[in-house]
This record gives sequence, C-alpha cells and structure tokens, in this order.
Amino acid sequence: MLNENKIEYSKEHELFLKNVKKRKVLIVFTQILILVLFFAQWEITARLKIIDPFLVSQPTRMLKFLIKLYQNGELFRHIFVTCYETIVGFVLGTLIGTVFAVILWWWDFLSKVLEPYLVVLNALPKIALGPIIIFWVGNGRPAIIIIALMISLIVTIISVHAGFKEVDEDKIKLLKTFGASKFQILRYVVLPSSVPTIISALKINVGLSWVGVIVGEFLVAKEGLGFLIVFGGQVAQLDVVMLSIIILSIAAYIMYILVASLENKFLGWKN
Amino acid sequence: MIKLRAKDISVIYHTLDGETEAIKNLNLEVKEGEFLSLVGPSGCGKSTFLNVIAGLIKPSKGQIFIDDEEITKPSNKIGYMFQRDYLFEWRTIYKNIILGLEIQNKLNGDNLRMVEYMLQKYGLSAFKNYYPRQLSGGMRQRAALIRTLALNPDILLLDEPFAALDYQTRLAVSDDIYKIIKNEGKTVIMVTHDIAEAVSLSDRVVVLSKRPARIKDILEIKFSIKDRSPIKVREAPEFKDYFNLIWKELDIHVE
Ligand SMILES: Nc1ncnc2c1ncn2[C@@H]1O[C@H](COP(=O)(O)OP(=O)(O)O)[C@@H](O)[C@H]1O
Ligand SMILES: [Mg+2]
Repeated sequence: MLNENKIEYSKEHELFLKNVKKRKVLIVFTQILILVLFFAQWEITARLKIIDPFLVSQPTRMLKFLIKLYQNGELFRHIFVTCYETIVGFVLGTLIGTVFAVILWWWDFLSKVLEPYLVVLNALPKIALGPIIIFWVGNGRPAIIIIALMISLIVTIISVHAGFKEVDEDKIKLLKTFGASKFQILRYVVLPSSVPTIISALKINVGLSWVGVIVGEFLVAKEGLGFLIVFGGQVAQLDVVMLSIIILSIAAYIMYILVASLENKFLGWKN
Repeated sequence: MIKLRAKDISVIYHTLDGETEAIKNLNLEVKEGEFLSLVGPSGCGKSTFLNVIAGLIKPSKGQIFIDDEEITKPSNKIGYMFQRDYLFEWRTIYKNIILGLEIQNKLNGDNLRMVEYMLQKYGLSAFKNYYPRQLSGGMRQRAALIRTLALNPDILLLDEPFAALDYQTRLAVSDDIYKIIKNEGKTVIMVTHDIAEAVSLSDRVVVLSKRPARIKDILEIKFSIKDRSPIKVREAPEFKDYFNLIWKELDIHVE
C-alpha cells in the first residue's frame, strides 16, 4: 500500500538516475582527493627537505600551532573577531547602500546631480582612505569596520539604484491605476523586484568586506586573522601565516555558502 | 445612459527630439454596459487615449467625464488591463489578485468574500497558492482580470488584452473573458489591432485614423443570430461584412 505513491520508472530511467548519482559522488571524491594529495605532498616534500619548511611551513607544524592556539583559547577569539567585523561590514554596506539607492530613486534630480561624484568615489581605491579613517575614529575595531563598509558601499549604491531603475515601467503603471502612492510603488514593486539585485550585491559585498577587514587588521588590529598574518610575518613564523590563511579561506567559503543560501530562501518563487 | 464622455481630447508628447501630436480633438461617448472597441493603425494614439481616460496622463486639451464628473487622476471607477498580465512573480495568484485591495486598504471581509467567490466561479480556486509562472497564459490573463474586478470598477479599459496569446488560446480566452465581463455587467473600452476580435466582441467599433488619432467612423455591430458569444458570431452572415468594412476603413498598406 505504501508503495502506491512511489512512481515506477523504466529500467532505462533508473539507470540514468544511477549514473547521475555516481558522477556526483565521483566529483566530490575527486575534490577531497585533491586536498588530501596536496597536503600529503606538502608534508612529505617538507620532511625530505625538498622544500624549506621555514619558508613555506608544513602541515604538521601548522597543526601543532593550531592545537596550541586552541588550548590557550585564542583560536576562536581570532576567528570570531574577523568574522564579526566582516559580517557587520557587508551587512551595513548592503543596508546603507540600499537606503542611499532608495533616496536616489526617490529624488531623480539628486541622483542626476550626484552621478559624477559617485563615479569618482567608485573609481577611488577605498583602502587609500584607511589612514584618514584611523585618524578620525582611532586605532580600533570601528576603523576596521568602516574600511570594510567603505569598500562595498559605493558599488552597492550604484548597482542597487541601477536595479531600481530597471523595474518594469508597466508594473509601476499598473500600481498607479490602483491609485498607489510613491511609497507604495517602492514597497510593492520596486523593492520586491530588486530583491535579486540586492542579494547579488550582498554576495559581492561578502568578498569585498573580507578584503576590507583583512587590510584594516593589517593596519590597526591587535587580534583577528589579519592580525595573525601580519604578526606571523613579522616574527618570521610562516606556520602562523599559513594556518591563518587556511582558516580564512574556510571561513570565507562558509560565509559565502550561507549568504548564497539566502538566495533560495528569498527567491523561492523562482523554483 | 452615457457612462463616459471624452470631450475634445488632444494629447501632445514633448521630448528632446521634438513634439508628437498623438490625439487631436477626439470626442467620444460610451454608453453604460456597452462593449466598445477602438481599432486603428499602430502608433496612432490608442494606448495614449486609454491612459488619458485612466487618469495616468493629463491631456494637453479637453476633459474626461465619468457619470458626468470630470476626472483628473486615477479613479476607482476604472479598471485597466494591459497586453501582458503583469502578475508579480514573487506573489502567489491569490496575493496578486488582492494587490489592488491591499493598496487601497480595502482588505475587508466583504471584498475578500467577493474575491473567493470569483476565484471559485472562474475556476482559479485550486491555483490560488500557485505562483504565476506555474499557470498557463490563459489562466494568468483570467487572474489579471479578477485582480481588476476585485476593485469593482464600472469601466474596464483593455489594451490589446489578448495580443500576447497564441491564436487558439486567444479565441478561447477572449470568449472566456467576454462572458465574465458581461456577467459582471461592466462597460468596456478595448483597444485591439485584430479586426475579427473587435467585431466578435463589440457592440460598437470605433475606427481611428493615423496619428494624430481622430475618429474616422463608428460602426454599430448587430448580429441576427441568437447566441451572441464571440466564437459563435464568427459564423454569423454579417460577420465578414463588418470585417471587410473595417478593413477598408483602416486602409492598411504594406509599404
Ligand atoms: N511617453 C511618450 N513620450 C513620447 N512619445 C510617446 C510616448 N508614448 C507614446 N508616444 C508616441 O505617441 C504615439 C502614439 O502612441 P500610442 O498611444 O502608444 O499608440 P498605439 O497604442 O495606438 O499603438 C506614437 O507615435 C508614440 O511613439
Ligand atoms: Mg498601444
């Protein structure tokens, strides 16, 4: 009885499904294999003194350092600090950028006036503002977050505003026939149509925010992964540097996956 | 009784490239409960005229009266349907249908019951929690119509409402929509470039000139057969006479 709901496929289709699954498993397996081989050859060549562990470190030495960091309780503090700064950076960058985009959409005159200034600001490498920001807000976490935010802010304003302007005129016209106010047009058409644009801005901002935070930490920090990298370089401890970079990659990857999964949540109607 | 009156309407568009005279001194009266079609060469100003009636653009000259009251901004008495359904992809069919009510802050029990009733009657109940992309073109157009009817307008403006559908679907959907509209007793002004469609649906057909739009002729459409459904009247003896008459009036040339 229970099997009644199960769809019966032909032999050929079952074979096809099996092959698709097999291929998927094979891909994941190969991906893992590459990682294992990479670290294995690193360790072996270092032990055989083919490469110099002083210059490029060595997996077991990194592992030792990882355990040490974990035991003195610093590991998660460094990871947490950097992730926290990054998240605050890209969330604020996206939110504030979207608010500015709304303002520009509302006052077209303003957007026309500000256009060349935005283009100039966008072209400017924001890192150059680092020293000014540190001078203004001091040598601490706020400076790092502001640097991260600066990097994503302008590009968010420009791309989200462009998204707003691409909203179908006829959908707006439809709302006008219902007697909608400008605020209602924003709320019912412009913002919801732009959710894909905003999410793609968010995804880009995650990457930009990492850059901002790491550079910020290079400049001012006393903790965090960026700090560990600089510190390791200064005391010629490549184990620290390499380990931090690896942790950084994993954290960045996980964060990207999380943000990308927002897409499925908010764009459910697409599937 | 006269439901809608257009008095001396002229519209001129101004752009940097110059000015375009879209409508010139157009006068028209539409009776209550009437189904009126506007046909005319493309670009002659038909959509512009509907936009003026809908209060979306101010005419350069002239006035629009509904029930003898001049209108200058979008009015609750008017519902507008476009060539495409413009259902919002991110809202379910039900949420799309109540969009107008939501905007006008009229989501009360009476209106929602009315919506339920129409969903039921016009066969969309089972699909109310679907997203627009899961529905066929004909069903989407029906959903768009119910969205318009939910606000209970007296007058419906239809701008080439079936043009985006393929021929078979178009016949079925126009028949379908015609019955719904007649059932609800609405006054209709429809723009179309399909002469057969105009003849089969309308009580009167207004033939417009090239831009700037002026009225060239107005034809009363009457059929001798009993069943006046759009599909049936296509077989009526008068059908092709009307068709040929309008064809000649339109004076279409292939350049
Ligand atoms: N917003 C506008 N600005 C300038 N010209 C316009 C605008 N809308 C329409 N027109 C012009 O006015 C004329 C009539 O347009 P329209 O009413 O859309 O014609 P139709 O619906 O009969 O095809 C066309 O020549 C068109 O190019
Ligand atoms: Mg048109």
